[in-house]
Amino acid sequence: MNNRYLYEGASGPWELVIGLEVHAQIISNSKLFSGAATSFGAEPNTQVSFVDAAMPGMLPVINEVCVEQAIRTGLGINAEINLVSVFDRKNYFYADLPSGYQISQFLRPIVGKGYLDIELEDGTVRRIGITRLHLEQDAGKSIHDQHPEKSYIDLNRCGVGLMEIVSEPDIRSAEEAAAYVHKLRSIVRCLGTCDGNMDQGSMRVDVNVSVRKAGEPFGTRAEIKNVNSIKFLAQAIDHEAMRQISILEDGGEILQETRLFDSVRGVTRSMRSKEHAHDYRYFPDPDLPPLVLDAAWVEEIRRNLPELPDATKARLMKDYELSPYDASLLVSEKETVIYFEESLKWLRPSNVKTVKLLANWLLGEVFGALNRESKTIDGCPISPAHLAGLINQIQEGVISGKIAKEVFVLMWGSGKDAPSLIEEHGLKQVSDDGAILMTIDKILDENPGMVEEYKSGKEKLFGFFVGQVMKAMAGKANPELVNKLLKQKLGVL
Amino acid sequence: MSLDQETVKRIATLARLKLSDDRMGPMQQDLNRILHFIDQLNEVDTSSVEGMAGVNTPSMPFRKDVVNDGGYVDKILENAPEVACNMFVVPKVVE
Amino acid sequence: MNDLIRLTMAEAKDGLHRKMFSSVELTEVYLASMERNRSINAYILETPELALERAKESDQRLAKGQARSLEGLPIAIKDLFCTSGIQTTAGSHILGEFKPPYESTVSGNLKNAGAVSLGKTNMDEFAMGSANITSYYGNVINPWKRADGKDLTPGGSSGGSAAAVAGGLAIAATGTDTGGSIRQPAAFSGVVGIKPTYGRCSRWGIVAFASSLDQAGPMTRDVRDAALMLEVMAGHDPKDSTSASLEVPSFEKALNQGVKGLRVGIPKEYRVDGMAEEIQNLWEKGAQWLKEAGAEIVEVSLPHTKYSLPTYYVLAPAEASSNLARYDGVRYGHRVSGKTLDELYENTRSEGFGAEVQRRILIGTYVLSAGFYDAYYLKAQKVRQLITQDFELAFQKVDVILTPTTPAAAFALDEKPTDPVVMYLNDVLTVSANLAGIPGISIPAGLSKQGLPLGLQLIGPAFDENILFRVGRVIEEAAAFKSFLER
Ligand SMILES: [Mg+2]
Ligand SMILES: [Zn+2]
Repeated sequence: MNNRYLYEGASGPWELVIGLEVHAQIISNSKLFSGAATSFGAEPNTQVSFVDAAMPGMLPVINEVCVEQAIRTGLGINAEINLVSVFDRKNYFYADLPSGYQISQFLRPIVGKGYLDIELEDGTVRRIGITRLHLEQDAGKSIHDQHPEKSYIDLNRCGVGLMEIVSEPDIRSAEEAAAYVHKLRSIVRCLGTCDGNMDQGSMRVDVNVSVRKAGEPFGTRAEIKNVNSIKFLAQAIDHEAMRQISILEDGGEILQETRLFDSVRGVTRSMRSKEHAHDYRYFPDPDLPPLVLDAAWVEEIRRNLPELPDATKARLMKDYELSPYDASLLVSEKETVIYFEESLKWLRPSNVKTVKLLANWLLGEVFGALNRESKTIDGCPISPAHLAGLINQIQEGVISGKIAKEVFVLMWGSGKDAPSLIEEHGLKQVSDDGAILMTIDKILDENPGMVEEYKSGKEKLFGFFVGQVMKAMAGKANPELVNKLLKQKLGVL
Repeated sequence: MSLDQETVKRIATLARLKLSDDRMGPMQQDLNRILHFIDQLNEVDTSSVEGMAGVNTPSMPFRKDVVNDGGYVDKILENAPEVACNMFVVPKVVE
Repeated sequence: MNDLIRLTMAEAKDGLHRKMFSSVELTEVYLASMERNRSINAYILETPELALERAKESDQRLAKGQARSLEGLPIAIKDLFCTSGIQTTAGSHILGEFKPPYESTVSGNLKNAGAVSLGKTNMDEFAMGSANITSYYGNVINPWKRADGKDLTPGGSSGGSAAAVAGGLAIAATGTDTGGSIRQPAAFSGVVGIKPTYGRCSRWGIVAFASSLDQAGPMTRDVRDAALMLEVMAGHDPKDSTSASLEVPSFEKALNQGVKGLRVGIPKEYRVDGMAEEIQNLWEKGAQWLKEAGAEIVEVSLPHTKYSLPTYYVLAPAEASSNLARYDGVRYGHRVSGKTLDELYENTRSEGFGAEVQRRILIGTYVLSAGFYDAYYLKAQKVRQLITQDFELAFQKVDVILTPTTPAAAFALDEKPTDPVVMYLNDVLTVSANLAGIPGISIPAGLSKQGLPLGLQLIGPAFDENILFRVGRVIEEAAAFKSFLER
């Protein structure tokens, strides 16, 4: 076991054991068991059918597309698809659960064992086991801030299809947990089965955390609910780990309980409403016969799967010799891959060198600028064609890399392409021997002492002369040419 | 098997039923009579039998993914005992 | 005009078509009878204005030659069927003044066939009962009287429907049957009642009791009417995932095919302890009638019969405990407030549900709870499998099974058993058909020494209601049973 998995306590190192339950809202027009709409942000209770409101005598009928989405996701996480699965009722009373039970899958889920390979920053790959994926209904929403003594219930979300994806307790650090969720999100988004929006709640993560001394059996775990961003996920795990370690080191015991992550204070706290022990009384839903899948249908879905992030990454590494880390950054968001591949179409020529350059610009300059302005790649003011155009200008020697950064800023602000901005602002690189030689002569004349020192062996001064020449020419001189001519002048050659 | 008062209370809480003290005794007696009756099932050897949840419908029919329901908030709310802002109203739920 | 009340549906249909009387006239006769007989408490809600309005429309259709199959026939709907804009109670206080904004598929089918609804009939609360004594809206009284003049139960849970059809308060009625709730009250009240195959009638819009067992069916004056009415009620419904996607055959066509060459099974295990001698005799008589009509009588074995009721009393309460969780005082129905949400739930449910319903919710909750699921629920599921297999084996040897419907005639309301288990034994002969999902019919076939109706039950293979109508018709003719109205 690698050291980075260990958390340091007063009594020495502790190991973290983490399992994740991810609830991913299925992309579908209508709900899992009713024909009501699923879109986000509608007026209260306008997307509610009698079935969703659990009116007497109402019955569920399953949405074909939700089943298909679960199969597609199952295939995307390398999992076995169960051709026969069963829906169960999970019974509990709650304000936003009108029927008093959630239709879910308990003993026989639609998707069985699978796995995800996650990429860590140092380049290592870890395989995280997935226990299962099952289909279930989402609950409604309780609104607590409208009245001092009352909660209001909106059932719009009630009955929307969810995939609950349960990992094995294979995760050993906050970084791995974050990488796992990131990977899972990129897969469901690539497959079009979930939009992955954690802030809108369409992807929600429950974290089971326990700590133990290396080699010992699993400790008692706490479940943290309501973690709604990857950043908070890492915070919640770190906080919970330290909380548990300090309890154990003080001779205390960990309570098996449900805790809530408070993102404002960065801590987890016990959930009062889940205090009394649950007994969900799962049993097969008598309103729903077994879900039997046609094997040919599953195969058809498998054949029509899009290229998954892992495959795209392998292809990018192979075709363009990109590093594993760069490649995984490029494929982590579906939109990034689309942007990247679109810009490749405009690259002249498109070879290992230019593609690498393009990738560096995309991951460096473009992402940096997007982050600064809290934009996503979809809102990038520089089009893929224009980014490729900028690389082309560098490649063709029209501008230097340094000037290119200036051009980039201009492009970002104006939406114009690189050639017209270079023209407009006179940023074209000077590759004329005469002009450069004239400047070199002037610089050497102005600094006779430095020239003496250089000639007597202080070779470091070469850089000083290059800098002075570039400065005098406002950075537009072709740097290769400056080097070559300066060396001639100084009699090095 | 026979139910003690503690168990009856726990079950009642799970089912969100409140049993007043005077109803507790008779209810416990009735439940135990029923359970005793049910206990006959132990006479049956079911070691090689699979459980059966339903009859006559071997597999689940599918619905097309079209929006053809909902959009009638008034009908959803018209029978509700308490409504505000087009929502159902309950005593404050603490999380 | 009072002769009209004795007509069967088929006869009344004929009369309407031959313009011997109008639907409004026929409906008025029934409305008057309902008013006269309020004391039997067959209806929870009477809807006379709506009925007359519908009858007028039917008369217009009849005049234009656009009559549908049940045009203008005044029927009653068990109050377990949701009826659009009309209060639906399921016999419970907890539904309060609930008016469903939707119509159940089955009651909708009847409406679309032109039937005129007179109102909603009384029933055991949430269909849990065999004597119609658990209704929040009071007991129903059987129109039949015993020699000692005591008030009798009409049976349950479809007791209001049975009493209405027997006593001339509706020409026919809908019922539902989870463990015998159509057949047992039919037998106690001297009418015909059929529980079709599970999946034959849509459950959509019927307040659920035990979803894997509930089936709707007709309660009528004779076998022909049952066939006529079931044909309208039945059919595939895409809104019910357990509804069978099968064509509904013409049940009426099966009626006069006779029983020649059919093999009729007599299950020896149905000679249960405490079966009245007069029932035993009627059973033998029934077999004799069929033999004389050309059928072969064969003894069959249904070895797990004894375990049907205990199985039922695990599975039905388990499903019910979950189905009834939605009655919580939040979205519809009765609410008793509380400081917290859990208090509101508990107050509402403790006040809204009656004692029998609470008993079953508690049993159901218990058998599903952690640590007991395998011992009770799973065990019962397995025994259900064995019970179903018993029937499959039996139907390899015979075409239909003949049994009594109940072990005794209707009992007096003041003689009702206080032990719930003794009460449950009312369903001992009917409940197996629900567990196996197969059809069963009860036909009035004779009278007890005290002058009360007794029923014979026929059980058939899945989706073969036709065999029940064929054989039932022969029993009916041989028995020449005189209904309450004919006496
Ligand atoms: Mg979970
Ligand atoms: Zn879940």
